Amino acid sequence: MNHILIAPVVLPAVMGALIILWMRADLLLQRVFSIAGTALLLGVALYLNWMASSGEVYVYRLGNWAAPFGIVLMLDRLAALMVALTAALALAVQLYAFGSGWDRKGWHFHALWQFQLMGVCGAFLTGDAFNLFVFFEILLIASYGLMIHGGGPMRLRAGVQYIAYNLAGSTLFLAALGVLYAVTGTLNMADMAARVAMMPAEDTALLRTGAVLLMLVFAIKASLVPLHFWLPSTYANAPGPVAALFAIMTKVGVYAILRFYTLVFPQDTVIEGVVMELLLPAALFTLAIGQIGILGTRNLGRLAAFAAIGSVGTLMIAVSQFTPQATTAAIYYIIHSTLAGAALFLVVDMIGARRGDLWLRLDGVMPGNGLIAALFFATAIAVVGMPPFSGFIGKLLVLDATRDTPQAIWIWGTILVTSLIAIYGMSRAGSLVFWKAYEFQDVPLAKMSPAAARPGPIPTKLEPDEHIQDLGDAASPALAASAVGLLLAGIVALTVFAGPVTRFAADTAAQLHDPSIYLGAVLDNQEGTK
Amino acid sequence: MELLLSSAIGVLTAAGIYLILRRRSFAVVLGTTLLSYAINLFLFSTGRLVVNQPPIIESGVTAYTDPLPQALVLTAIVISFAMTAVTVMMALGAFLEGGDDRVDMPRADREPGVSRIEAGEGR
Repeated sequence: MNHILIAPVVLPAVMGALIILWMRADLLLQRVFSIAGTALLLGVALYLNWMASSGEVYVYRLGNWAAPFGIVLMLDRLAALMVALTAALALAVQLYAFGSGWDRKGWHFHALWQFQLMGVCGAFLTGDAFNLFVFFEILLIASYGLMIHGGGPMRLRAGVQYIAYNLAGSTLFLAALGVLYAVTGTLNMADMAARVAMMPAEDTALLRTGAVLLMLVFAIKASLVPLHFWLPSTYANAPGPVAALFAIMTKVGVYAILRFYTLVFPQDTVIEGVVMELLLPAALFTLAIGQIGILGTRNLGRLAAFAAIGSVGTLMIAVSQFTPQATTAAIYYIIHSTLAGAALFLVVDMIGARRGDLWLRLDGVMPGNGLIAALFFATAIAVVGMPPFSGFIGKLLVLDATRDTPQAIWIWGTILVTSLIAIYGMSRAGSLVFWKAYEFQDVPLAKMSPAAARPGPIPTKLEPDEHIQDLGDAASPALAASAVGLLLAGIVALTVFAGPVTRFAADTAAQLHDPSIYLGAVLDNQEGTK
Repeated sequence: MELLLSSAIGVLTAAGIYLILRRRSFAVVLGTTLLSYAINLFLFSTGRLVVNQPPIIESGVTAYTDPLPQALVLTAIVISFAMTAVTVMMALGAFLEGGDDRVDMPRADREPGVSRIEAGEGR
């Protein structure tokens, strides 16, 4: 048994506790330990990827109890990849939090950050359904704290909404687990899979109920339409770096769907049809609403939030096919959309810091206009999926994987049309914020509408806005910009090395669609356990 | 027994759902609490309803009650208790900073230049 498997859970837990106990008063010490912890986590995650790349599935039995009775952590290619993605994202975004000064705006930013990482990594690694619930709660509790970091009436109110929605979701999760336990008599995911496979088809009414309830829970986390209503206000009101970290949170829901419906309820069992019939239309609507939202919104924060919803839509179209080829596309798109979505939130936060609010309105030229315009341009191209960046390759993979399905016309139509809408929305936002700003100063006051006809290059602020961190508070705008650069470098690398990454994703998908390795690793060969 | 338990779960769930759909945060907090009570009872029943049986192995005993749902309920109680405390603090913070205790987002969240008093959504 290899103890390194539990390191991605223990390391952030210890680091978070140390920060809160010993370094409460010293921000510099917090920063040093927090970034060191995240860097170490990334190192561990890369090592785990190297381990998992052999194709073997590793099991960590907590307390060395035999499998269906004790809790297990599982490491396969997908889990290792997701942990590495989390750590890499957290490292880059943390640099942004230092540079923008967001982490100074309230208490316990770094401790909550570490607990958030603990919950996310635990959710990716666990092989026990109830343990998954516990890790979901850990990541949610930390996210409640992070979401209202910095305070302010609007953010707190959005926080209350977020918490209420997710509490209802947690309740539903428990109900689903209760149903599944009542039917199968186990909570270990591998054991549950073995028992579901043996269940006679006429006894599965309750099992199907449990499977659909569980899908609803994960759909809330992944913000699938019509369960996405919590996302726009939450992400738009959260501090920039926190919203960027939350880019991995929707992926937790997607990961859980991918894991549960390939392992526990694979396609050829009784669940066939029920879940797939529900998932694809939901994914198409999610994509459409996300992309139309990009065009329709009047706020840059909500624009980034709707882009996140849209990316989940594309992702879930691939996931809902449950074929190895489509899963390959989904895995590639998970990496891309996490990096691109996070970068967009950071760029939007940089704009907010310079303009004073996030409304899409005509205003003067902001400091550093050229650099931020370039970053926004690159990020927007990646998000909407135009060449030359990885979003284009990701969408091509999804389109290719769905080419021969009966629903191909719906999938292709939705993806292509909504991409155009998103391009239009992004260009409108970009040209209004960056380009028209140069015209703004030349417009004679008489020609402007009465509301805008105020003296001075920049109109007085509409209302004090807590969404953003003023540039004056920033510790180092250069560090903040280079953090965005890091994420974009990741997107470029994903584009350049698309071949090797796709092969890796194909191996991962093949492993995912052959649950026998996973089942064998957990249930057989239990020598030396209690 | 079965009727009593299932109707209790049903009534608690119905009341909880009604309350979390209310617009004031106090009702929502109460609603989530009731929902978590209902779910705890439901989890308890997933190990089948058995009365007066031991949950641990003893010599000379052949009938048992399932101990696992009890452990799950214990975990769920702790988590929901902590969550209720967090929700109350958040709702209180939103009330003290924002001036009212509504849970829906005001128009000022979606449109620029709308103060909450103008929109008639103040206290």
